[in-house]
Amino acid sequence: MIEKPINNRAWLLVLPVLIFVLFSALLPMMTVVNYSVQDSMGANNFFWNGDAWFRAVLDPTTDIGARFADALIRNLAFSFTALLIQVPLGIAVALCLPRKGWAVGPCLVIIALPMLIPWNVVGTIWQIFARADIGLFGAAINWLGIPFNDTQDPISAWCTIVIIDVWHWTPLVILLSYAGLRAIPDAFYQAARIDAASRWAVFINIELPKLQKVLVIAVLLRFMQTFMIYTEPFVVTGGGPGSATTFLSIDLVKIALGQVDLGNAAAMSLIYNLITITLCYIFYTIMTQLDRRRDA
Amino acid sequence: MKRGPIPKTIASKKESRLRSGLFPKVALIVYLLLLMLPIYWLINLSLRPNEDIMSHMALWPHHPTLEKYFFILNDPTWVHAFGVSLTYVMINTIISVTVALPAAYAFNRYSFIGDKHLFFWLLTNLMAPASVYAMPFFNLYYAVGLFDTVWAVALAHCLFNVPLAVWILEGFIGGVPREIDEAAAIDGYSFPHFFVRIFLPLIANGIGVTAFFCFMFSWVEQLLATTLTATNALPFAAVMTRSYSASGMDWTLLAAAGVLTMIPGAVVIWFVRNHIAKGFALGRV
Repeated sequence: MIEKPINNRAWLLVLPVLIFVLFSALLPMMTVVNYSVQDSMGANNFFWNGDAWFRAVLDPTTDIGARFADALIRNLAFSFTALLIQVPLGIAVALCLPRKGWAVGPCLVIIALPMLIPWNVVGTIWQIFARADIGLFGAAINWLGIPFNDTQDPISAWCTIVIIDVWHWTPLVILLSYAGLRAIPDAFYQAARIDAASRWAVFINIELPKLQKVLVIAVLLRFMQTFMIYTEPFVVTGGGPGSATTFLSIDLVKIALGQVDLGNAAAMSLIYNLITITLCYIFYTIMTQLDRRRDA
Repeated sequence: MKRGPIPKTIASKKESRLRSGLFPKVALIVYLLLLMLPIYWLINLSLRPNEDIMSHMALWPHHPTLEKYFFILNDPTWVHAFGVSLTYVMINTIISVTVALPAAYAFNRYSFIGDKHLFFWLLTNLMAPASVYAMPFFNLYYAVGLFDTVWAVALAHCLFNVPLAVWILEGFIGGVPREIDEAAAIDGYSFPHFFVRIFLPLIANGIGVTAFFCFMFSWVEQLLATTLTATNALPFAAVMTRSYSASGMDWTLLAAAGVLTMIPGAVVIWFVRNHIAKGFALGRV
């Protein structure tokens, strides 16, 4: 790999991005930091509270800490389930898509449709669609003999959210993988054919490595979005029944706006954000290191 | 190790199994049907009166009515809101792609102090949960006097769309050989001239795909859009939320509005379908 030339004037090219992102990122972030280290006696009267909020959130024996730990585990379980279904399914569907011909355009449009529906509409659709009495999905599952009720039964509710997410976002993985697959030159397949490589060998040795860069984007984006999921559970289950689908974002909004407990909410959101960043950093480093090792 | 030529018949049999077997087609059709079901249900709901929706399940509308569609298209509030949503999405897409292009070029072609950290910091902005930052955002945009304008929403959405655009474009730029930059420099092109005249046409595909992603994420995001607006720049989604509380749930109206929200996205994906079908591996193939 050729070394990139060192040129610090490249900062000038990055500057516009920095301005636009900092404008929206810095002040809101600092506001949250402020709340996280202060306490209020009401009437905009704040005083320094040190790290007390952080300690409370991180200590699972306190009320708030237990809540945070529960929501975190629930959310991690949800994110990994969703990713484990979406990534293989997305790649599989991308492999099934026609490579050329009239069907490509219509197929791509249909596949992309779920992603282009505003999030609260997605919630609205599934609110009715999943109902056992008047919705096709709920009725069909019950008809198969599986008891299903997404507002009463925690397992049903949890599965419903996973299914919504799979329906809603697998298309992202499909589109990215499909584009990645289409970029592989025919010469690779011809070489594989000469070697009489099996379908599986072609997938492992040619297609998967070539998909790596698009898959980094797909996996990271999907992880971030599932880890911050808010609208769908909020509209469909409202975080219930009980707290079965109370993921981190939902819990935070309940604490911040429902109970107006700004200190705890702010400390919690900073810890939450740090966890997201750390996990993404690990993913990102592993996946880009693999890339570099192959290049070397 | 040298292999002898394989008999043609085996190769072509393998080929046909690989490319045009029956199984992939069936699997694809099943997947597409399952994918369409919820969307079909939404259309179905939008054509049935409320009492009908709440009383029983019907696989297709028995007495279809377009009443709510006409209601939305004739109501200035809804039409205005639709225009507002389209406006801020377009402003945001243009800003995001324009500022991301030079940055993506810089990240791909040069190393400079702090480049890797800066790149990852940009990505961390995708990880800020909007639900947490909605209130501080409201304070910020209120303070700078942009509250309740399309600009507030367009700028706020830059928070996640600009980093995303840099990320995707960086991959596309990696696919363009460096020799082209060097050849242009030797031929005496100035950087801006080279960038606009020679480089941009080379990554037109990438710009199309990036614009599609920016459009999509701005169009579907609503938490910030509804927090940052009140009356003048009320987005479509906010009008939908309002109709929840007016007189119970008007499911037909909501479903009809939902169907209408899918149209702009479908149009945009139709335009970029060829860019996607052309393929991109993001980086050297």
